[in-house]
Amino acid sequence: MTAVTTDTPVRLTDSTKLRAWAEAVAIPVGALLVSALIFSLFLLLLGKSPVDYFQLLWRGGFGTSFSIQNTLQRAAPLILCGLAFAIPAQIGLTMIGAEGALVLGGFSAAAIAVPLVSGGVPSILTMPLMALAAMAVGGAWIGIVGWLRHARGVNETISSLLMTYIAIAIMNFFVEGALRDPGSANKPSTMPIGEDYMVGSIPGTDIHWGLAAGIVLAIALQVLMTRTTFGFGARVTGGNPRAALAQGLPVGTLVVACTAIAGACAGLAGYYEVAAIHGQANASLVAGYGFTGILVSFLARHNPVVVVPVAIMFGSIAASGGLIQRRMDMPDATALVLQGIIFVVLLTSETLYGRFAIFQPRTGTERT
Amino acid sequence: MSDGILATILISMLGGAIRVSTPFMFVALGETLTEKSGRINLGLEGNLVLGAMVAYAVSYHTGNPWLGVLAAGVSGVFLGSMHGLICSLPRVNDIAVGIAMMSFGTGVAFFFGKPYIQPSAPRLEALPLGGWSDNAGLRQALDINPLFFVGILVALVMWWAFANSRWGLIVRMTGDSEPAARAMGVQPYQVRIASTAIGGFLAGVGGAFLSLSYPGSWNEGLSSGQGLMAVALVIFARWNPLRCIVAALLFGAAGAIGPALQSVGISQGYYFFNAAPYILTLFIMIASARSSSSAREAPGELSITK
Repeated sequence: MTAVTTDTPVRLTDSTKLRAWAEAVAIPVGALLVSALIFSLFLLLLGKSPVDYFQLLWRGGFGTSFSIQNTLQRAAPLILCGLAFAIPAQIGLTMIGAEGALVLGGFSAAAIAVPLVSGGVPSILTMPLMALAAMAVGGAWIGIVGWLRHARGVNETISSLLMTYIAIAIMNFFVEGALRDPGSANKPSTMPIGEDYMVGSIPGTDIHWGLAAGIVLAIALQVLMTRTTFGFGARVTGGNPRAALAQGLPVGTLVVACTAIAGACAGLAGYYEVAAIHGQANASLVAGYGFTGILVSFLARHNPVVVVPVAIMFGSIAASGGLIQRRMDMPDATALVLQGIIFVVLLTSETLYGRFAIFQPRTGTERT
Repeated sequence: MSDGILATILISMLGGAIRVSTPFMFVALGETLTEKSGRINLGLEGNLVLGAMVAYAVSYHTGNPWLGVLAAGVSGVFLGSMHGLICSLPRVNDIAVGIAMMSFGTGVAFFFGKPYIQPSAPRLEALPLGGWSDNAGLRQALDINPLFFVGILVALVMWWAFANSRWGLIVRMTGDSEPAARAMGVQPYQVRIASTAIGGFLAGVGGAFLSLSYPGSWNEGLSSGQGLMAVALVIFARWNPLRCIVAALLFGAAGAIGPALQSVGISQGYYFFNAAPYILTLFIMIASARSSSSAREAPGELSITK
């Protein structure tokens, strides 16, 4: 073979990749801009200033070192919950139960801490055990959803959401009963795990280690999904389950593994919420991170590494909520409206893929 | 003695079933219509919450709860048409759009609903149908909201229309085979947009029941997944409006176990019994997912069963 014949296809695929990449960036960014426009119209109709809103959003999210830390603090669970949607999405599942795995994972961490802390087990052993418990319970919880999907054909979207309500009921059942801290009168909670068992901050900041865990996991899962046989099999299954079965891929194992990984991510988010923020498990765990994670993943096009910056963006919306509420006299649900608009516009933009000639491969006569 | 307690529990479960089932029934009927046309709208939870808020607000301002019910339905048409139009674009996934509509509808409802959490709006009056009985519990159980009967009427009309009317045939044909519908000169997208919009109306009315009858006030924790359970309920009811009534009553009874036990002093495991409807739904889904009768009666174009 001559250099020319081997060179040409390589250049072609590079250009094709670049175009596909540009399309995957331009369309979601365009969707964000359109959402901002629609939201601005919404604000104008209410007699509020969109300029003020976006300025406050920037100031509350990134304006000061305090607000940046606040943003990153809130991004941590969003990264983990975004991953919890992205990994099943790669295998073709719409799994929306991260909220339940987060709640149950956080609760399990707090519950296992009760005997360990009162037994005086050193924190170096207790803390990994708590994290492991959270990941194992979260993983099993969502793994069941994957197994039901594969073995019984139960729709994973509905079942994972039902499991979320069951998870919250389980936590309430124990928190109001057997595991209730008698001192928590107004807000039933488990026993506080105690200062010694809390997760510390990344040195030099007020940000807890959950952010680092999220970033490391995002990179690890990116490698797993794009550079390993496992990830290849999962993506083939996501593309065409029948072809995957015909090729002899272990579809059932892959489905259960992907959902269990997702549950473990969400469970870990629950662990950090308990061990780095609240210090105990209570209704504060039901904060909607699991649901915002769905949107994060869609905007990142279910790409694990891209989940990180998108989660930080949504972290800033959450972090600036208080400032906007005070300065503009708007309810905290403003962020929900903005997120809802982004979500709807983003999914509508799915129809634009393949519509713009500039993003399509230019293969000339030699179509690949 | 134990007979008395059992009777009390059963009567309050009957009352609870009738009260709790109404929103289930409306959402399930709306979803049945949408799914019969070949689309699935997971966003009816958003319609339910927005409908509850709008109904409460309109009833508060106008003093007429029935205007609230109508407004709730109109808000449902708005969300439903949005879903229907967006899903008519190529390459857009109806399940994902449903999740987005759920989050959009809930966000809008919470945003505009803040001022209505405190004030009390006029509620829908229940019909006292238990006057003949001496049993106070039974009389309370038979204070039935007129919307319950409206729901049954809607179910009967839908059941009749699917089988006997031109419109029913068009909806069923669109849901079973898009090529067949096109061949008959029917525009499948128009039928689906209309079915989703009308389905959204019914779900909005279901939301009005939540805020204007039972529990009977507006707050952000009003709906806890009833809209989604109703979607599962439709699969259980196998897309038959009459079976939707039975399924809704069953779900209502399951939801009433916790409060019924609490009324006789058994508060142990209250939260656990509250999870009963979700657990029941899950088991029903597991049992019915691969059943042959479910596969036979499912609309052919439905993405959830394909």
